[in-house]
Amino acid sequence: MEIAALAFYFFAVIAIISAVFVTLSRHPVHSVLWLILAFISSAGLFVLLGAEFLAMLLIIIYVGAVAVLFLFVVMMLNVDFAALKADMAKFLPIGLLMGIIILIELGLVFGDWNFASNSLELRAAITPPIEDIHNTQALGLLIYDDFIYLFQAAGLILLVAMIGAIVLTMRHRTNIKRQNVMEQMSRDPSSALELKEVESGKGI
Amino acid sequence: MQYLPILIFLGLAIALGLILILAAIIVAVSNPDSEKTSAYECGFNAFDDARMKFDVRFYLVAILFIIFDLEVAFLFPWAVSFKDIGMVGFWSMMVFLGVLTIGFAYEWKKGALEWD
Repeated sequence: MEIAALAFYFFAVIAIISAVFVTLSRHPVHSVLWLILAFISSAGLFVLLGAEFLAMLLIIIYVGAVAVLFLFVVMMLNVDFAALKADMAKFLPIGLLMGIIILIELGLVFGDWNFASNSLELRAAITPPIEDIHNTQALGLLIYDDFIYLFQAAGLILLVAMIGAIVLTMRHRTNIKRQNVMEQMSRDPSSALELKEVESGKGI
Repeated sequence: MQYLPILIFLGLAIALGLILILAAIIVAVSNPDSEKTSAYECGFNAFDDARMKFDVRFYLVAILFIIFDLEVAFLFPWAVSFKDIGMVGFWSMMVFLGVLTIGFAYEWKKGALEWD
């Protein structure tokens, strides 16, 4: 138990420090790297909670894919950061407003969590206890059966995202030769070769 | 605490990384001057900023990767609880995969997986 507590404080402190540096670091690419550190320490916290599957998802999806997208966005923005810093005072009120709204919302969530009259039954987990079934299996029992409509909706959202990304960003050049494998493989000598009798002393 | 070996491994990895970085800072010779640390491109002065725009097609590849990454992530709990979820669970996953296969066929047909 001692080691678990130590590991919790280790991951929690690192998560908070890296989250602070996400906002403080001057270079946005450094911010993304700090964000990756925050994701990884949150994954450690999930493992300590006994939610290994969520921890692995955090590593695979957030660190492996979403952080890469963040890097793309940061690199593509092409913003003049010196000019952005000069306008800091202009952005400060909006940033403060958003921070306060998020703080209020977090407060509301914690308030509901603790003080709502039916909070106990809402908090009672619909998954079986963790001693009986490990977390990945518990998730599997719920997602594909009880939450089947949400699951199918997730599939449709992924489809829409796929089609949307293709429609928005794909620009094919038209004046280049492309390889068509089927065409190449279905060629035969009779269509590819032509034998000509050439008389000596004359060209074709 | 069956994760103790991983924790120890993590500690060793962090310690090794820190030792290598700190050794480079402490041991290595370092006397920079303005010419050594200035940016250069193959002996010339830098032509322009390193933060140039690049092709949006990299973004398309990344987003298609995320989508199929998520699809695979949904497969893990399904496979683990496969014996207990019955036919409903099996067919819900088949429909999910079918919907994403439609998207895959679309992007293949549109040539989104080709570079040019």
